[in-house]
Amino acid sequence: MIHSLFLINCSGDIFLEKHWKSVVSQSVCDYFFEAQEKAADVENVPPVISTPHHYLISIYRDKLFFVSVIQTEVPPLFVIEFLHRVADTFQDYFGECSEAAIKDNVVIVYELLEEMLDNGFPLATESNILKELIKPPTILRSVVNSITGSSNVGDTLPTGQLSNIPWRRAGVKYTNNEAYFDVVEEIDAIIDKSGSTVFAEIQGVIDACIKLSGMPDLSLSFMNPRLLDDVSFHPCIRFKRWESERVLSFIPPDGNFRLISYRVSSQNLVAIPVYVKHSISFKENSSCGRFDITIGPKQNMGKTIEGITVTVHMPKVVLNMNLTPTQGSYTFDPVTKVQSPKIRSEQVFLQSSFCDLGTWEDRGKGLISWLKLKLLTT
Amino acid sequence: MTDSKYFTTTKKGEIFELKAELNSDKKEKKKEAVKKVIASMTVGKDVSALFPDVVNCMQTDNLELKKLVYLYLMNYAKSQPDMAIMAVNTFVKDCEDPNPLIRALAVRTMGCIRVDKITEYLCEPLRKCLKDEDPYVRKTAAVCVAKLHDINAQLVEDQGFLDTLKDLISDSNPMVVANAVAALSEIAESHPSSNLLDLNPQSINKLLTALNECTEWGQIFILDCLANYTPKDDREAQSICERVTPRLSHANSAVVLSAVKVLMKFMEMLSKDLDYYGTLLKKLAPPLVTLLSAEPELQYVALRNINLIVQKRPEVLKHEMKVFFVKYNDPIYVKLEKLDIMIRLASQANIAQVLAELKEYATEVDVDFVRKAVRAIGRCAIKVEQSAERCVSTLLDLIQTKVNYVVQEAIVVIKDIFRKYPNKYESVIATLCENLDSLDEPEARAAMIWIVGEYAERIDNADELLESFLEGFHDESTQVQLQLLTAIVKLFLKKPTETQELVQQVLSLATQDSDNPDLRDRGYIYWRLLSTDPVAAKEVVLAEKPLISEETDLIEPTLLDELICYIGTLASVYHKPPSAFVEGGRGVVHKSLPPRTASSESTESPETAPAGAPPGEQLDAVPTQGDLLGDLLNLDLGPPVSGPPLAASAVQMGAVDLLGGGLDSLIGAPSFVAPPAAAVPANLGAPMGSGLSDLFDLTSGVGTLSGSYVAPKAVWLPAMKAKGLEISGTFTRQAGTISMDLQLTNKALQVMTDFAIQFNRNSFGLAPAAPLQVHAPLSPTQTVEISLPLSTAGSVMKTEPLNSLQVAVKNNIDVFYFSTLYPLHILFVEDGKMDRQMFLATWKDIPNENEAQFQIRDCPLNAEAVSSRLQSSNIFTVARRNVEGQDMLYQSLKLTNGIWVLAELRIQPGNPSFTLSLKCRAPEVSQHVYQAYETILKN
Repeated sequence: MIHSLFLINCSGDIFLEKHWKSVVSQSVCDYFFEAQEKAADVENVPPVISTPHHYLISIYRDKLFFVSVIQTEVPPLFVIEFLHRVADTFQDYFGECSEAAIKDNVVIVYELLEEMLDNGFPLATESNILKELIKPPTILRSVVNSITGSSNVGDTLPTGQLSNIPWRRAGVKYTNNEAYFDVVEEIDAIIDKSGSTVFAEIQGVIDACIKLSGMPDLSLSFMNPRLLDDVSFHPCIRFKRWESERVLSFIPPDGNFRLISYRVSSQNLVAIPVYVKHSISFKENSSCGRFDITIGPKQNMGKTIEGITVTVHMPKVVLNMNLTPTQGSYTFDPVTKVQSPKIRSEQVFLQSSFCDLGTWEDRGKGLISWLKLKLLTT
Repeated sequence: MTDSKYFTTTKKGEIFELKAELNSDKKEKKKEAVKKVIASMTVGKDVSALFPDVVNCMQTDNLELKKLVYLYLMNYAKSQPDMAIMAVNTFVKDCEDPNPLIRALAVRTMGCIRVDKITEYLCEPLRKCLKDEDPYVRKTAAVCVAKLHDINAQLVEDQGFLDTLKDLISDSNPMVVANAVAALSEIAESHPSSNLLDLNPQSINKLLTALNECTEWGQIFILDCLANYTPKDDREAQSICERVTPRLSHANSAVVLSAVKVLMKFMEMLSKDLDYYGTLLKKLAPPLVTLLSAEPELQYVALRNINLIVQKRPEVLKHEMKVFFVKYNDPIYVKLEKLDIMIRLASQANIAQVLAELKEYATEVDVDFVRKAVRAIGRCAIKVEQSAERCVSTLLDLIQTKVNYVVQEAIVVIKDIFRKYPNKYESVIATLCENLDSLDEPEARAAMIWIVGEYAERIDNADELLESFLEGFHDESTQVQLQLLTAIVKLFLKKPTETQELVQQVLSLATQDSDNPDLRDRGYIYWRLLSTDPVAAKEVVLAEKPLISEETDLIEPTLLDELICYIGTLASVYHKPPSAFVEGGRGVVHKSLPPRTASSESTESPETAPAGAPPGEQLDAVPTQGDLLGDLLNLDLGPPVSGPPLAASAVQMGAVDLLGGGLDSLIGAPSFVAPPAAAVPANLGAPMGSGLSDLFDLTSGVGTLSGSYVAPKAVWLPAMKAKGLEISGTFTRQAGTISMDLQLTNKALQVMTDFAIQFNRNSFGLAPAAPLQVHAPLSPTQTVEISLPLSTAGSVMKTEPLNSLQVAVKNNIDVFYFSTLYPLHILFVEDGKMDRQMFLATWKDIPNENEAQFQIRDCPLNAEAVSSRLQSSNIFTVARRNVEGQDMLYQSLKLTNGIWVLAELRIQPGNPSFTLSLKCRAPEVSQHVYQAYETILKN
């Protein structure tokens, strides 16, 4: 099970350590730093590293490395899931998961970690329960605390902890009962040179914000549930009901949570709302080239598109770019090689010429334009 | 106001200042001080000096302060064990608190204080908490047992906590069940023998019920525990699968993968014709694909596991190729894994898409990724024959890009394609040759040289090309040098006229100027081959090469089966069994897939039956044919199970293992004919070099009166040589039955099971008449005594010495070999008394040169005693005469194989030395019969 946790920032400082069993020396992280050095990018550090006596399982979130030390055979996914849960909790408590936020709240962080894991076994990871045990810091509360001498630590056992619905706390009361659902769909597509779709799938999530009193029992039905290829449910959803009736029936947790994530991958069902055309040309005997990209809405969609953001990851060899978008504004970050024009319109034509090192020629046609489009449809 | 202020120190005497604050009267100040201490602790600063001051703050009603102090205690109690005792009272008191939160907190913290002295005080509170009315306290206490076990295992066992923990599996609260399972699993991992998680249908049912209601983490523990269970039949397996399937839709990917593990394992038991089998296969794919949309770290682990699943059951994901196409923002480790799976899924149906993708990847910028992509194209060509042509043309396109590392990688894979499809794509050689100059990596150079050598007859300027490589021969790496040597020899054999000079040059370079023994030896071999018999050289060097196949990349099936049992664990990430990397091999139990036991399928189970051994032959352990070497190699050491053929374990521990250690010792024992009788030396009475007499001299054995003499047990196989298994034994003959009395002692730290024994062929056909029955697993330090009945019906081969016996013993750890000598008198049969007349006739009949004479010294017995003692060992006195004051005993005995031995024993009263004359048609036994005499008379 999870032995220790080290939090490491991008410059390689260990700024927090927590041990759930015996103390493991910081020097174990040297193996991690070694692997980090080998990997060119921070994102490329392998998540599982073996050292002579321990295994290091790490995640990279918000420019921080969460490195856990384990000693015995343990499911790595379990550890990774847990680490993400820790990061989520920090985010939830402090509004951001950053070195500064963690250092500012180090005692709460420590109390949280102690509450989340016992002897390497997860204890309480539901945000509702944690919030009852350890109250999130707010300015008002810290003022009240300093006056009255009360503390952030709840002194009664959270009621939900042992019930069949550990995600919901009891005695919730709202004057306005509200429930909000966000449906966010992300299309992952690979489009080849000619503009035709090689592969496309929809990753969708339904995030909910529920502010309802008491023990509400909700159901949510879909127009065409057969479209969903695979679903992952929040534990609150009754699986049997879904199996038989394709209805989501649940007693929701209080507050924000992800209700369901789903995937639609049948090719013909995934319609990409825009078309993308691109071309790359290189100037003869020079290290410069030209890169055009055209994005426009597909006629048959019948929906307006707004708020397009195009992000293009250029290879490291690219030194500089001159961009001329037909619409909107742009930036180019010479460090991360990301050009991102922000456009608000129907059709965009983007021209850019780029300059780079002589070695560029060697790479031949190595430039592949990876696009990330952010669109809002209404 | 934030906590970062705790990190800033104002003065140099930080510790001193904190001390003062900790001892302050104001509660607020105290709390702030403790927070400062904790803050220093989090960054690894040593604040242990403040121990007594912090512990003083423990007695408080403020829960936050209490928690903070506990945090501190856990970290530093180990360094201050004596001071930690001070805290015990507070803990014990807190365990009685009316607030369950405080009770749980106390028992939890106490378990984390890894100080021996504290553990004694922990027992009572823990016992109470395990039976607490509040489930929250019970579930915390369950984990505490695991903590305590880690610190002091003996204490936990003595106090009976393990039983209480087992009872908690039936607790009414699912969270308690989950934690009890987790704790038991952790304890069981460090004590594989303890058999803690004794799973039976009832307990499985309880676990499955708890599975639906407990937290996601609890579900992982329960699923992992379920995976260790082996259902009785396919029906049970199916019902478990049905109840586990809903977990596939869980949001937590670890739950999903653990469920996949259970399903993959139990699927093995289901018949493939079953409708349910097909449904299950269909249900497995979507969750696996969904794992790929998670965070990259999760994707990586998922992909490593999918790699295993795809190899075991390709049908699961065969239609999902496209989800493995790499995305631009995948980290490199995810990209490489995806590529690997793409190749595994490549088939004729989707090869066009795969190739188009791979070609795209080959123009990427990341060098490692590009190389792997190019290599993948080659693997596709080898895997999908129909695509080979397309692959080759794709590779040629890539070579045209002239990007250095792409060209080199392409040439390496084209070499493999040539190995798979010889004489099919030579047209590309010209293009390859154009790029000769750009090759700077040894592997690519070696591949190119190999191609030139292999197709030398079709390349006009092959000699020039190779000559150009030869110029810098000494600077090349060994790989290239060896390849160059072979290629030039091939060229010479194909075009002998023009290349004589070249071959001379390379041979002298390799043999005279090189320090590398491999190169030199290969050079010499070629040289001699060429100079003695060019025709033979041609046959050797230009021999047909075996085709390579894609199987070379696959994981070996037995390992794969084992790894399937470890889906979701570290083993699945490393693709190695845990025994290969878990520290110290502690707690590693080999897992294997359950055998298919479907009643409908009982007639055919080709997957589970051991290769090459029809089930009937398994129990018959006697080797019947083949030569000495072959025999032992073919030994079928399946554990002796009466009833249906053993499946899983035999597959795992099959005859392959025998190849490992056995050969060396076997080769040392030549099949050799015993020396002729004339050679029996005249220096009578001296111990004849055989270990047997030495052995018996040393022992002061206690012979049994009834039945033949039994030597005391001697150590045959020391524990050192057999990974902790010590075998000692002796041979007996009682009432016509020969048996081998064995004493097996386990001196290792792990349990031994699955014993089996086998003899090599020997002079008298000794063979086990029954399998080696060790009923219970042999736990550490335990000893068992076994009497193994022997028959003489085994196959016969003369050994040297005549009475040596080579034995192979197998257990779950390994196969061990030892050799021992058996006393010949165990072979003397009961009806060995010869008729007087017959005796005389036979004595005369046997030629005199077959007579051997021996001295038996220092034997104080008289003739009667000698006679009766010998008789009990089946040496019968036919007649007794008194000649010149000497007692002459005429004796006869018969060996199990029907050989008669006649003896004349001369005893002079008052002289403790006897003279023994032996006559036998097979004179080589005389020596051993004499030893038998000596043994019987002197003990």
